[in-house]
Amino acid sequence: MAIRPTVAAETVTNPGGGNVSFLLDGEIVSVTAGATDSVLDLLRYKLRRTGTKEGCAEGDCGACTVLLGDPDGEAVNWRAVNACILFVPMLDGKALKTVESLSAGGDLHPVQREMIDRHGSQCGFCTPGFVMSLYGRSVGAAGTTGEPVADVIAGNLCRCTGYGPILEAGEAVPAGPGDDAGIVAGLRTIARSNAGPGWFAPETSDELAELMLANPGARIVAGATDVGLWVTKQHRDLGAVIFIGDIADLRTIEETPDGLRIGAGVRYNETRAALARLDPQLGELVRRIGGVQVRNSGTIGGNIANGSPIGDMPPALIALGAVLTLRRGDERRSMALEDFFLSYGKQDRAADEFVESVFVPRPATGTIVRVTKLTKRFDSDISAVCGAFAISIDRGVVSAARVAFGGMAGIPARAARCEAALFGQEWSGATVEHAALALAEDFRPLDDARGSAAYRSLAAGNLLRRLWAEQSGEKVSVLDLVSDHD
Amino acid sequence: MTERSVGASRRHDSAEAHVAGRAVYIDDIAEPPGLLHLAFGLAADGHARLLGIDLDAVRAVPGVVGVYTAADIPGVNDVSPVKGDDRLFADGEILYPGQPLFVVAATSVEIARRAARKAVVDVEPLPALTTIAQAKAAGSVIEEAQRMARGDAAAALDAAPHRISGTLEMGGQEHFYLEGQVALAVPGEDGQVHVLSSTQHPSEIQHLIAKVLGCSHADVTVEVRRMGGAFGGKETQAAAFAVAAALVAAKTGRPAKIRADRDDDMAMTGKRHEFSAGYDVGFTPDGRIAGIRIELASRCGATWDLSSAINDRAMFHADNCYWLPAVEIVSHRLKTHTVSNTAFRGFGGPQGMLAIERVMDAIAVHLGLDPLSVRQVNLYAPGRDVTPYHMTVTDNVAPEIIAELAEQAEYARRQAAVAEFNARNTVLKKGLALTPVKFGISFTTTHLNQAGALVLVYADGSIQINHGGTEMGQGLMIKVAQVVADVFAVPVDRVRVTSTRTDKVPNTSATAASSGADLNGMAAFRAADTVRARLADFLGDRFGCQAGDVRFTADGVVAGDELVPFETVCRMAHLARVSLSSTGFYATPHIHYDRATHSGRPFLYFAYGAALSEVVIDTLTGEHRVLAVDILHDVGRSLNPAIDLGQIEGAFVQGMGWLTTEELVYDDRGRLLTHAPSTYKIPTAGDRPARMDIRLWAAGLNVEATIHRSKAVGEPPFMLAISVFSALTAAVAATAPGKGLPALDAPATPERILMAVGELRARG
Repeated sequence: MAIRPTVAAETVTNPGGGNVSFLLDGEIVSVTAGATDSVLDLLRYKLRRTGTKEGCAEGDCGACTVLLGDPDGEAVNWRAVNACILFVPMLDGKALKTVESLSAGGDLHPVQREMIDRHGSQCGFCTPGFVMSLYGRSVGAAGTTGEPVADVIAGNLCRCTGYGPILEAGEAVPAGPGDDAGIVAGLRTIARSNAGPGWFAPETSDELAELMLANPGARIVAGATDVGLWVTKQHRDLGAVIFIGDIADLRTIEETPDGLRIGAGVRYNETRAALARLDPQLGELVRRIGGVQVRNSGTIGGNIANGSPIGDMPPALIALGAVLTLRRGDERRSMALEDFFLSYGKQDRAADEFVESVFVPRPATGTIVRVTKLTKRFDSDISAVCGAFAISIDRGVVSAARVAFGGMAGIPARAARCEAALFGQEWSGATVEHAALALAEDFRPLDDARGSAAYRSLAAGNLLRRLWAEQSGEKVSVLDLVSDHD
Repeated sequence: MTERSVGASRRHDSAEAHVAGRAVYIDDIAEPPGLLHLAFGLAADGHARLLGIDLDAVRAVPGVVGVYTAADIPGVNDVSPVKGDDRLFADGEILYPGQPLFVVAATSVEIARRAARKAVVDVEPLPALTTIAQAKAAGSVIEEAQRMARGDAAAALDAAPHRISGTLEMGGQEHFYLEGQVALAVPGEDGQVHVLSSTQHPSEIQHLIAKVLGCSHADVTVEVRRMGGAFGGKETQAAAFAVAAALVAAKTGRPAKIRADRDDDMAMTGKRHEFSAGYDVGFTPDGRIAGIRIELASRCGATWDLSSAINDRAMFHADNCYWLPAVEIVSHRLKTHTVSNTAFRGFGGPQGMLAIERVMDAIAVHLGLDPLSVRQVNLYAPGRDVTPYHMTVTDNVAPEIIAELAEQAEYARRQAAVAEFNARNTVLKKGLALTPVKFGISFTTTHLNQAGALVLVYADGSIQINHGGTEMGQGLMIKVAQVVADVFAVPVDRVRVTSTRTDKVPNTSATAASSGADLNGMAAFRAADTVRARLADFLGDRFGCQAGDVRFTADGVVAGDELVPFETVCRMAHLARVSLSSTGFYATPHIHYDRATHSGRPFLYFAYGAALSEVVIDTLTGEHRVLAVDILHDVGRSLNPAIDLGQIEGAFVQGMGWLTTEELVYDDRGRLLTHAPSTYKIPTAGDRPARMDIRLWAAGLNVEATIHRSKAVGEPPFMLAISVFSALTAAVAATAPGKGLPALDAPATPERILMAVGELRARG
């Protein structure tokens, strides 16, 4: 397959004539799309669906929230996503709903009625995005079931209302499955294409392996929550793009007594329950990564492969002893996750290699696992410091200690001196204090917009002190007080 | 009987359009044929001599139609509101990072943005003053320091039994309106241009376009249907965008649209002013202030913008609700090589008010008194009721509101519970604070306090209203529609709100200073009342009764023995050749101000409120949460309680963001590092306090004859969030009782909280 430069999307009148086809309100829309054409621009400027707004073009404000539906037997799996950093090829073979879809039949949806009755809109610009997030909750879209409304809309920003009326509107509409029989039938009539100008969308990892050998250096895109910004903000040409979001055999989670093997294509929200079963701290960490829309697109595999210096998942996974598997052709190699990160922006991955899965061992019974993300804002923020501890105590002595941090160096990394100060020592306040001081020797963090070096060093040590305080019966989390406040 | 519109919780006139995605913002309008898309070329670095710009590579990009610099401006290169010092494009000198250098016109947004990055800019970097301290040391100011004084502060300070001093730094704030800056210009015949702009100030945009293009005001029409949020950020800051679009339209004869990418928007446009506040206060053993000196210094940025008035308003609010018997307030307005700071909800008021509330906390900690009692003994009262600018406070309801809130929210019981919690916990500490707000209503630049309206009654009984106010989400249009509906006793849905246009009402003021409903509501009322009077005269003649006896009711118009449906009245009046349209005009009475002596009556009245906030901090990480908030706020007689409650809650949460999570970080060249929502964190739904109890003060009544005795609501409740900062200060103080007032600056990020805890504990 030859690589051609990206071309702009344009609508094609004959259904089935474009290289990307999706179902929109019962109709098949077929467009010819380049790899990095955004779904938001397609909606707003080609399809004239201007209810979906651009607020930030980086997946942080949720004004462009739409629902994307994958066929799943006789049902549709819906998920709220940010259209601004969703590339058009990622729509192929799926169903799409925009705010206009909700009143396509003439009547407003109950979510919309509640938003009106409770004065949930002021300037109105963020409103369609909120409506879509709440609508997603009302139909049981991914990552919303059983979640508080505040979590469901954590990826939507409103600058006018203070959120109260929107939260109330969300509470007022019960969740229940929608009737998607028509959509299921419609989706069956769509044939996916597996490539377009400058892009490929393989359906098996074997195909991916072949494509990588044939196109070394091709940009792998799973959820585009990071790569999307390279396009919208940095205006980069990505070269050949391989979309892996629909590779079924990369989208599996194996849960065994030994641990979890998470395929590179598994989205955050899909990992949350299994990770929470491994340890509740991991579930809470996932909750605080992005908003629902980001967790419905982004993958742990992508977070690792792109090697963000913060990379909120890697510190936790490293502390648990995660092992990464990479594949090149038919060859596979595995390594401790911390060894994958070489230096800032540089990972141990060859140009024709790809991340296949990450294995997370189940913590031994009695292991104290603590993961804390320190941010300016609790929800939908990237940490200044992310600290993860896995500490085993045997008869009052530390029998194993793995400590890893993000935000403290150019890469997520273990804290060797801190670990050494804990290992083999009596599990006591004095040991913890020693280890916290040792931690200060492990890292030379930087000053940046998220925090000063001094804060990072102090807070990192305090995370260990806080762990000890908690073990000693102290209340330590301000979040715990929110729910039990009178 | 009559169901009055005014006073009822009518929903926002665009609510249904908002939720359905049908409300049209400028970028939603179907693009006209031949549309050009624009992108600014921005200065990457800060202060520098601009030696030249090589635009060949920009022009060479396929799809680029034109590139325009300062040399292409036919009129004056100025988009400033007051002083004439804001260049549309830099000319000779680059004043700050993000300053526009040129604009690219291309056939697509992406082409324009990519091409704009290809310019080769030749500069000679110059030293940059970026902080308040640097500018102060260098004597770099936009205008001379201002002094407001009453009594002999120095003598009172010397004589006072207790005297303390301190400083407080407070950061700025990005507006983060969800709809970024955007404008669409369409050329008309004979050199005219029609511009759709997302602006709070259409008249100013009109005037600036005329100035830059070298044409008359009458050649330019500016239209605003709605903004996707503004908060002050579209008062002056919309100008560069609208003017650039108009310039390209004039140059090319083609329609031109510009919408800013969020990162560019945040880098290019001004923000709330950072302030540094110093105080020196003398007081009695019961906490009464005897004398005080307050020294304010703000970072104005590279140009004047509205900084003079903003800093004046900071001085006007450095008393808040408190009697300062001998007072001197000095205000430094510093010029730096950073983006020019601008209007933002509260307009300097929040900064002045935060300073005096810090003083209250400082006195309380120093004397070991309950902070609320210190606040209460210092409140304005009969005989103690003259402000530092010599205006007598005649509508002081702060004491009643505070007492009512303290009672209703159980201040004393909860303060005790907080103390008990703090005694039992070492890692987590709670804090609780009740702070009041008194906010002056009127533009302090007196001539701006005027408004015009146009009411059109059609022969079918439907009504259009137009006025100079703009809709940014605050519910101005529905409030004014309610006022007009009641004049004719018709349902509010009979009144059609239309876009704000400079060709309907001329020479308008910005929709700002919380004045929208006060000014435009009254102007519209007068316009409607003029038509109503004509109808009454006409019906009196027709049915042989006194015009004064004609009554407009929900059932129709009663004239003599007749009951005539309103639409029939309109039809009859039209046939009888009665004029059914009128303008209305309002100029706020009673206000005057002498800036030379900083004395007079700058405000028609004050809006009041109070809030109690309870917070918890983690002393090991600095993380914190607002747990509960109780608010009692005075909106006079509410025009629309639902809208007012929405303003109060939204303003509070926005104020909370300013004081907690929202941090602007600049580098040493003045480049903003937090220029996107990934790094600049406004509150999310999860930050909203789990319990918020917001009430309108039932006894509220404006003693001045404002529209239906209502009070302005846009800005005042923003400052209720000072209670959060005060509560956080109390929580930090609880980590080391007896060691004094924590050195906590704003915003109280986890980092600042943790460092303040450490500093306090380390004190001897």
